[in-house]
Order: sequence, then structure tokens, then C-alpha cells
Amino acid sequence: MSARRPTPLLALFLRDMQLAWAGGGGPLLAGAFYLGVAALVPLSAGPSPERLAAMAPGLAWLVLAVASLLSLERLFEPDWEDGALDLLAQGRAPLAAVAAVKAAAHWCATGAPLALLAPAAAVALGAPVRIAGPMLAAALLGGLAFAYLGAIGAALSLGARRGGLLIAVLVLPLLVPPVIFGAAAVEAAALGGPWLPSLALLAAYALLAVAAAPFAAGAGLRNALG
Amino acid sequence: MITAVSAEALALDRAGRRLFEDLSFHLRPGEAIALTGPNGAGKTSLLRAIAGLLRPAAGQIRFASAQGPLEADEARASALHWLGSADGLKGSRTAAAELRFWSEWTGGPPVRLSGRGGPERSGREGAGLDPVLDAFGLSSQAHTEVRRLSTGQRRRLALARLLASFRPLWLLDEPLAPLDARWRTRVGEMMHAHLDEGGLIIAAVHDTLPIGARELRLESA
Amino acid sequence: MLTVLANPARFMAVSRPLVPVLGAATALLLAVGTWLSFTAPPDYQQGNSVRMMFVHVPAAYMGLFAYACMGGASFAGLVWRHALADAAAKAAAPLGAGFTFLALVTGSLWGKPMWGAWWVWDARLTSVLVLFLLYLGYLALHAAVEDETRAARAAAVLALAGLINLPVVKFSVDWWNTLHQPASLLRADGPSVAPEILAPLLVMSLAYTCLFGVLWLVRTRAEVWRRRAHSVRRAPAMRATLTPEAA
Repeated sequence: MSARRPTPLLALFLRDMQLAWAGGGGPLLAGAFYLGVAALVPLSAGPSPERLAAMAPGLAWLVLAVASLLSLERLFEPDWEDGALDLLAQGRAPLAAVAAVKAAAHWCATGAPLALLAPAAAVALGAPVRIAGPMLAAALLGGLAFAYLGAIGAALSLGARRGGLLIAVLVLPLLVPPVIFGAAAVEAAALGGPWLPSLALLAAYALLAVAAAPFAAGAGLRNALG
Repeated sequence: MITAVSAEALALDRAGRRLFEDLSFHLRPGEAIALTGPNGAGKTSLLRAIAGLLRPAAGQIRFASAQGPLEADEARASALHWLGSADGLKGSRTAAAELRFWSEWTGGPPVRLSGRGGPERSGREGAGLDPVLDAFGLSSQAHTEVRRLSTGQRRRLALARLLASFRPLWLLDEPLAPLDARWRTRVGEMMHAHLDEGGLIIAAVHDTLPIGARELRLESA
Repeated sequence: MLTVLANPARFMAVSRPLVPVLGAATALLLAVGTWLSFTAPPDYQQGNSVRMMFVHVPAAYMGLFAYACMGGASFAGLVWRHALADAAAKAAAPLGAGFTFLALVTGSLWGKPMWGAWWVWDARLTSVLVLFLLYLGYLALHAAVEDETRAARAAAVLALAGLINLPVVKFSVDWWNTLHQPASLLRADGPSVAPEILAPLLVMSLAYTCLFGVLWLVRTRAEVWRRRAHSVRRAPAMRATLTPEAA
């Protein structure tokens, strides 16, 4: 096999990236949702700058978690509905690898653009500009954890009634550690304190999720096939 | 390479109901089985069980090569082509991109086509899939998005996957359903050629397969 | 132990006499524990509200214990594909959710006199809340997947994912708590617990454990019965005939 021939998993990654941006632009939709919810914050909590500034980093982070969650419903569902998952199961790669690659593509297509929006949203809500860097780093790492933990919920709820809401109920409790670590890093940065320790914890958790979650998601995919 | 597939005392359940039990068959190179029976008889379930997508309630499905028995998961991952009633093709991608992806996924290189609708070409990468598209009459649709294909063209693209990489065992669910008489004949010829090369075919059909096949009939007990 | 569990018929035979024995032990321990709870001297700081501890702490502990049991049964069901393990995991979930809910409610009731608020984002309570959410997810998934075997396997995977995540949740919530609140809160079980308080706590914990045990057995037995009733052997719907070798 020549070096030019992409491996099957790379081919799957590229296919998923293309699908994410084709037909409706799912990432754009998630970004619009993120901005929309962020815009509701001053409308619900009042526009007082001091009050908003105190809540801004945490809120920007929370809305990011919710927006990541909502985009997960269609992670495996299209392939499951149109029979592509049956075919993916006949490849040399195990379903855990399929889940890992699809979650990675989802992160690149949706998580990373959302992460770019996060510092802008936080600053717009009144957080100091110096949090932009830590916020971006936390959003990228946190998005990775959200994507891989979310893949577990998305795989397990295939074929279940009320899929979208169910994914959220399954995944939200698992998101407690990354939300805590990420929010701590962002808030420390806003106060001018040390934010690297929290970010390191977040990175460790994200790596754990990337390493372990595909096995659970793969088992979920196998189970959904019948 | 798979040279034999067999089922031993197979039983399948669906929705808590026993579909059938004690089903056995043995398939050797160059042989085909046509699965027939009314709707809901379990033809698709049996195909899914052979493909490893459905766990049998009892019994075994075994694969063997000329050297001896094969591990089932390994055999399925390397030697089995699945063609379900849902084709798994993405409407927003072009026919060529989809065919290339599935060729890569099932591990190419494409089957060498000679005297089967296209000029013989080497199986080298790059040009490799053009003859396959050509053989299925899709050359001019190669860069068309799948959603713009007709039902018959879409089915032909799904069938083209069988030749986009060589795998000996074909599991086909209603492979000919939306095709016209001309394409049924052509696909029949391709199945013949596959059997001649030592391939194996198990196909669920409502009418007869255009090839000599043993019939496995599922009917109400 | 495992050989007993591996066979539903033997499990049913062995568990049957266990139910009344455990039930009697539960009743006795609950009676003794309740009596001890009300005769224990009031705490010098908390007064009579300390008695809430004898309901709350064992309930929180049982919530965790039941999750561990559910996780263990889920693991066995996934690895050995045994229907009894699936039934046991399914039977444990609502019990654990119930104990966890009891811990939340009593924690809230206890919080009012202690902290002056019905709910305080204290590390312990928050962890218990997350545990409750994990149970809710498990129950929701089990209910949302129609096919029983598939539901059991999906829920088992989720239970294991939750079990692995649970220590990290506990750690992260404790860590979060130290960031946001100075350690000035009263600790429910500080290092020095007087023996007259420890005794009812231990007896009540034992009583809760027996209660969980007997309810778990009864529910698992009911689940096995239900499955038996559903899987009455019916003749297969289809008959397969294979034409002889083609000429």
C-alpha cells in the first residue's frame, strides 16, 4: 500500500469534516445558537456592567457546554439511519475507532469554531480582555472532553425515543468535572490569578475522555446495530 | 480469503419472537444462495446475523479459508461486502467521492474489470475506480451529488461498491429491486464473474436471481 | 457465588429463603436504630437536628453503595452476557435513585437549621445531586430503548461510564468547593464523633444495607419472574428449507 493512499480512518475523518460543513452548515448553526443564548444573558440578568462582568466568564463557559451538547444529536444518527453504520462495521477498524474518529471530526468541525467564539462572547459580556487566551485554551480542551463524553450519550441513545433530550440527560452529569475545571481556569484568569493548574486538570480530564470514551461509545454503536 | 461460510443450528429472535431455529447451510466457493420468503420472514435478519450485525439467539456462523477456520470478526472485517436496503450514501457528496471512501474503508484495490463493460485497466490507485463507475454506467455522473441521482443510479452506485474493492463474500439485500431489465442482466453478469473467481453470494430476493443459486426458503411454519 | 448467580433457577431457589431472613433483620435493625436515634443525646452545637444525620448519612451511603452494585451487575452483564446480571442491575437502579433522593431531601431539611438555607452548594450535597442525575440518566435510557436486551446493554455501558466518572466528579466537586468556600462549614461527620452518636449511625447504616439487600432481592426475583412470563417458548414463526445442491 503506497503512502499516498489515505488510511481508512483518515478517509472517515475527512468524509465527516466535509459532511459537517455541507448541507446546512451544522457548525454555523451551533455558533449562531451560542451567540443567541449569550445575547439572552444580559436580557435576563439585566445589563448592569458590574453584575455581568462578575458572571461573564462562568456564563460564557456554561453556554459553551450547552451549545456543544446540542450539536451532538446528529453525531451518529445520520449514519445509523441511512445504513452507513452497517457498512462502517464491516471495515478493518473496530467501532471504538470509528467513534473516536467521528468525535474528533466533530470537535474539529464544531468544537473548535465554538471555542473561537467563546472569548469574544465572554469579553462582550464584560469579562476583562486578558481572559481571551485562557478562555480559548479552556474552550478547546473542554470542547474535546464534551465531544468525547457526548459521543457516549449519542451512541447509547441511538434508536431510543426522544433522542436529543435523552443525550443531554445522559451526558450532563458526566460533564461536571470539565465544567468545574474549565470555569475555574477562566475565573482565575479573570481575577488575574494562576489559571494554569486548573487548565492542567482540564487537559488531564480531556485526555482521559479521549482515551476511554471511544470504548463506551463503540459498545453503544455495536449495541445499536441490533 | 474466505472460501466457505456455514450456519449451524442457527436461531434468530426479533422483537422477543423466535423467527426460526435450527437453520443450517454450507456455502462453498463459486456458490450462491437466494433467500426467499414473504415480508417479515427474517431474510434481512439472517443476512444481518451473517454480517455480525445481529447476534443469533442460538447456533453458530462459521467462516473458513483454504487454510482452515477463520475467526469470525476477522473474516467479516476483511472479506465481506454488505449491501443493505439502506444504501448508506450521503446526498451531499459526489458519486465518485462516496465510491472512493467506501473503497478505502473496505480496503481496495478495486476488482480488475475485463470485458465487463469497461476496458481493462490496472488496479493502481487514482484511476482505479473509473472503470468501476463506467461498468455501472455512472461515468458521466461521477461528479454529481448523490442526491441528484435517480433511484436506479443510486442503487447502481451502491452496487459499484462490490467491485470498488475485492472481497469474496457478498451479502445482498434485494440487490436488484429498483433496476430495469437491462441493468438486472448486467448485474447478473457481474455476479457470475464474481462466482467464477471463487466468490460467494448470499442474496435476499423476491424474484429469482439471474444466476444459478440454491434457494433457501423461509415460510410460515 | 458466581456459579449460584449464573443460573437463574438456582438463584431463585437460593434467594427465596433469604428474603424473609433479611426482611426480619431489616425490621429489627430499623427498630433498634430508630430507638437509638431518638435516645441519643442532642448535639451541643446542632441540638436535636443532629438526629437528621441518622437518616441522611446512611441514605447517602446507600445511594453510592447501590450504584456500585448496579455497576458491578452491569459489568457482569456486559462481559458474561448473563440475563440475571441485567435483571439485577435494572432492579438496583430505582432503589439507588430512591436512597439518593432521600439523602437529598433530608440533606436539604438538615441544611435549614444548620446553614439557614434549604439548599447550600456544599461539596457533599452537590456530589449526591450529581449521583442522582446519573441515576436519572440510567432510568431514562432504560425506559427509552424499546428492545429489552438492547436497553439493558446500553444502560450497562452508561452505568460503567458513570462509575468511572464518579470518583472524578467527587474530586472535582471537593476541589471546586475549596476554591469557592472557606472551610468554615460544619462537617457532618468530623473527626470526633461521640460514641453515643456513632452507635445509632452504625446501626442505621446496617439497617439500610439490609433494607437495600432485601428490596434488591425481591425486585430481582420479580424481574426474573416477569421475563419468564414474557419468554414463554413459542414455536418459531418460520420454517426454513434449503433446495439441494444445484446440479
